[in-house]
Amino acid sequence: MALQNRHLLGLEGVSKEEIKLILDTATTFREVLERPIKKVPTLQGKTIVNLFFESSTRTRISFELAERRLSADVVNFSADMSSLKKGETLKDTARNIEAMKIDMVVMRHASPGAALFLSRVIDSVIINAGDGGHEHPTQALLDLYSIQEKHKRIDGLKICIVGDISHSRVALSNIYGLKTMGAEVAVCGPATLIPSEIEKHGIGIFNKIDDAIAWADVLNVLRIQLERQDRSYFPSLREYRKYFAVTKERIERAEKQITIMHPGPINRDVELSADVADGKHSIILQQVLNGVAVRMAVLYLLGTRS
Amino acid sequence: MTRKIIDEIGFGRTLTRLAHEILERNKGAGNIAIIGIRTRGEYLAKRIADIIFSIEKKEIKIGLLDITLYRDDLKEIQYQPLLKGTEIDFDLNKKDIILIDDVLFTGRTVRAALDELTDLGRPASIQLAVLIDRGHRELPIRADFVGKNLPTSLDEEVKVLMKEIDPEDSVVLKSLKEGGN
Repeated sequence: MALQNRHLLGLEGVSKEEIKLILDTATTFREVLERPIKKVPTLQGKTIVNLFFESSTRTRISFELAERRLSADVVNFSADMSSLKKGETLKDTARNIEAMKIDMVVMRHASPGAALFLSRVIDSVIINAGDGGHEHPTQALLDLYSIQEKHKRIDGLKICIVGDISHSRVALSNIYGLKTMGAEVAVCGPATLIPSEIEKHGIGIFNKIDDAIAWADVLNVLRIQLERQDRSYFPSLREYRKYFAVTKERIERAEKQITIMHPGPINRDVELSADVADGKHSIILQQVLNGVAVRMAVLYLLGTRS
Repeated sequence: MTRKIIDEIGFGRTLTRLAHEILERNKGAGNIAIIGIRTRGEYLAKRIADIIFSIEKKEIKIGLLDITLYRDDLKEIQYQPLLKGTEIDFDLNKKDIILIDDVLFTGRTVRAALDELTDLGRPASIQLAVLIDRGHRELPIRADFVGKNLPTSLDEEVKVLMKEIDPEDSVVLKSLKEGGN
């Protein structure tokens, strides 16, 4: 069994069998990460470019570690040092990099569809590390892996994604992946941050966080993107906190087992209170570790595909 | 054409002899651990550990090695092998490791296994035990313990069958040449 597509552009259309293959493969890499020498020679001789047109520390480091632990050669390229500032187009930038004989490109870009576009103009294998508000497939895969690790299943679990759904590629990729794996999915957040017609994906909507907590087995709490607050999607952070923050009091009031996830970086005491982020329900740091294993799995499956 | 080389009774005797040889060479089971190369090496490792237990009354640690990530032909093979994972939950350092595989052929699997073991720790020694040595080595590798030396031609295939996943315990030689006899 191998992945159908030679790129990973998103989780839309990726089958249950393929997601299962990626998660099973990631289990092998989790074991590699526990070894004294956390490195295998599998992608020796492959060159991978991390093309980050949007700032990202966590995702880039996670990809870079995954690449190095598979023994690939890694080149990093970020927007602030790029010739984009000199007016070069994405197509030209990518073609120029490809002319230097590379095998795979991991790309983060502010425009939805940028990864798909890139896959059409160059021959290398493309992995989407986030394209605008569209998809961020490896984040959703590591979320799926972490849920499965904690709950031993995904099928039939109730997962609620909380926060800014409109601008979130994490939310969309999670919805595709979770639905494919048979989970029940809902979203919760201010009406201004929930896209219209989201229910077309076959998911529920909660307007009150307490209802979401009462329903869910897992809460995936997204970051409130403070940098977007100039558009005033909600009156104030204080008000957001009052109505949507996931706090210890709210979880205790529900009197149930619930798993708390967050893709990071956390705004402590805005969307998630510090005591919950560090508390017994949280698997946030497991997500970070699993991220490296899941990215190794994707790189391995795409990099050795014949 | 298919020819049975070792039947069920012979299979059991061969494993018993291998177990005795391993114990003799290592002066008992004191410092040894067995690591089987997946898939059939896994079952061979368990069988030999059981035989050693019946002789010495000593439990031996068993580990499983998946060498896929260390293969040198990942780019060439047609299908993508499924990763089953390496499972070694003990410390390799200073142990005498008995590495077990079903068939020794080109030696490339053993090369990969040695590289992987080196990344996992520093054993006192690594000894290789195989059920069948069919020749045609492409690397300077030899086995310390051999169940049976079986001269073969390159258009033959050696299949080791084990009850854990196959209908019976046996070793068969298959000719891949059309119409050969």
